[in-house]
Amino acid sequence: MKGKHIGWIVLIVLGLVAPFLVYPVLVMKILCFALFACAFNLLLGYTGLLSFGHAAFLGWAGYTCGYAMKELGLSPELGLLAGTATAAVLGFVFGSLAIRRSGIYFAMVTLALAQLVYFLALQFPFTGGEDGLQGVPRGRLFGLVDLADTMNMYYFVLAVFLGGFWVIDRAIHSPFGQVLKAIRENEPRAISLGYDVDRYKLLAFVLSAALSGLAGATKTLVFQLASLTDVHWHMSGEIVLMTLLGGMGTVFGPIVGATVVVGLQNYGAELGQWVSVLTGVIFVICVLAFRRGIVGELAVLIRRSGIRM
Amino acid sequence: MKPRILASAIAAAALAAHPMLAQSATISDGVVKLGVLTDMSGTYSDLAGPGAVEATRMAIEDFIANEKPDFKVEMVSADHQNKADISANKAREWIDTAQVDAIVDLVTTSTALAVMKVANEKNRISLVTGAGSTPITNEQCNDTTVHWAYDTYSLPVGTAKAVVQQGGKTWYFITADYAFGHSLEKNTADVVKKSGGKVLGSVRHPFPGSDFSSFLLSAQASGAQVIGLANAGNDTINSIKQAREFGITPKQSLAGLLMFISDVHSLGLDATAGMYLTTGFYWDRNDETRAWSKRYFDKMKRMPTMVQAGDYSAVYHYLKAVKSAGTDEAKAVMAKMRATPVNDFFAKNGQVRADGRMVHDMYLAQVKKPSESKYPWDYYHIRQVIPGAEAYIPAAESTCPLMKK
Repeated sequence: MKGKHIGWIVLIVLGLVAPFLVYPVLVMKILCFALFACAFNLLLGYTGLLSFGHAAFLGWAGYTCGYAMKELGLSPELGLLAGTATAAVLGFVFGSLAIRRSGIYFAMVTLALAQLVYFLALQFPFTGGEDGLQGVPRGRLFGLVDLADTMNMYYFVLAVFLGGFWVIDRAIHSPFGQVLKAIRENEPRAISLGYDVDRYKLLAFVLSAALSGLAGATKTLVFQLASLTDVHWHMSGEIVLMTLLGGMGTVFGPIVGATVVVGLQNYGAELGQWVSVLTGVIFVICVLAFRRGIVGELAVLIRRSGIRM
Repeated sequence: MKPRILASAIAAAALAAHPMLAQSATISDGVVKLGVLTDMSGTYSDLAGPGAVEATRMAIEDFIANEKPDFKVEMVSADHQNKADISANKAREWIDTAQVDAIVDLVTTSTALAVMKVANEKNRISLVTGAGSTPITNEQCNDTTVHWAYDTYSLPVGTAKAVVQQGGKTWYFITADYAFGHSLEKNTADVVKKSGGKVLGSVRHPFPGSDFSSFLLSAQASGAQVIGLANAGNDTINSIKQAREFGITPKQSLAGLLMFISDVHSLGLDATAGMYLTTGFYWDRNDETRAWSKRYFDKMKRMPTMVQAGDYSAVYHYLKAVKSAGTDEAKAVMAKMRATPVNDFFAKNGQVRADGRMVHDMYLAQVKKPSESKYPWDYYHIRQVIPGAEAYIPAAESTCPLMKK
């Protein structure tokens, strides 16, 4: 338990001082992806379900939030809620269809459904197709705080991230989380113990989708635009990379993974397309050399060195 | 609350330590910084890309040599990969952290529209040369954007009219499925109908595309005399190549609605001879264009497209406006840019209108036959000069609110 508390403290302190050290918009981007990766990790790391369609939740929630704020004139908090709710509904639809299969078939069903969403996003007039939904106003939070100010926006994003992360952390360490882990380790055994496995899986899926949606809606608010990049299947692949690199099935791993990948994309932007090659190489090294991911390996090292956490 | 207080304290300290911020009628930090945001590696890298960066660099060097300004001019560049989100983020980052004053090139409409919004919100200038959709200076126009080399209204005015007059009465469109393609198709269809032609139908292909077979076959099945290609860059090149492979071209003719000299160069004169195209710039038009283009050629080993020549012209005009305004504040510079006519190798008596459109003459060109081409890059006959007033959308038809004032 102590280790986890240290992790939380480090996270909060880093979150508070980061915008003074690094370009705040970059940190906001990292936070959005970290939340997305943590939500994804809930499914992959703790339930053992590899979804290959999570971009649909991120992207569609982004479009919903953008539309709600730009065209319907809703306030930012309602925009976020609208995005999250839409992603949850979408997650329920995806989940109820996909959990009937497992393994590679599960991944393929989610990918196929996400591609459907991609084409809707490309063709619906309100999304702006290739142009994306642009010029979304950031608005005033609760009608009081002006989010156009970068620092206000940053601390709002930090709060959203910590809130989402807390929900995930609670879910993992609750009896519900224990059942999810049981399903991951041995599904037939969980069934034989009397758990309604499908319901647990569906619930985990919806929770993961909703939090991914929260991340997507927040991202739209930060960048004031929603675009096809976020619904494209590349994004679904990228989130797998972030989670694996950081350490799947660890609480803090996805945050580290998201930081590394987003940081690499940002500071390596001058290299152009070589960034994709570089991330590919890192992924291969990760799979070959440290399969537990950065945080997973660190945890093992600390345990071996005999420090009690 | 603490971080907010800390933030304001730091901001206040920064403001106090920075006298430049307090007075707006000077060049901020004594440096004018241009950001070239373009496609460095994708579909449009030949017609903009590294050439756009070089043209901007040339403009800066020439400006410093000729005008001897008392401020420094710097440049940064990045690859936006034709994605709206990447370009918006990059523009935001440049403006926030690198003090970039103007963003140049912006090939692909989606990137231009995204950057225009960010730049306008932060009171910076966008010099759009690469993208061509008319919404940039119409329904999405703003007061800190200048649209330089061409647009989708001006392209068909020459090409479509000429083709219809040559007897190409029935048209079918193959259109890139994004704002630029849609806008080019619509503008062309209008010109075709006005000139007495007929549009039989259209098909949309994903952008960027590589396999055009199904689209070409439906164009073939339509039986139209002319297949209008409402796309650009490698998409146009691939459509033309594949049309030849399917044996479509001798029977039906192709009209490239946006063809750059780089496209003609890649395809070769055998594949393109006789095609009509409209362009804002041709290197071999007169001594002035030749002189500049040869300097460009020495650096890039290619002749400039209208986008690259436009980058030079736009950047030079911008820098001159900064010098005469004595500030890099966007509104003041824009006022100077509008007030001064553009007179250089690219445009004669070019005028920046209230909607941001730089009105200048366009040229209807016909691609030479291989036997007519005497030296490298000798590709076009200029058939007609289209006066700026005819080439660009008339003020009365503009949907830009800034034109109504």
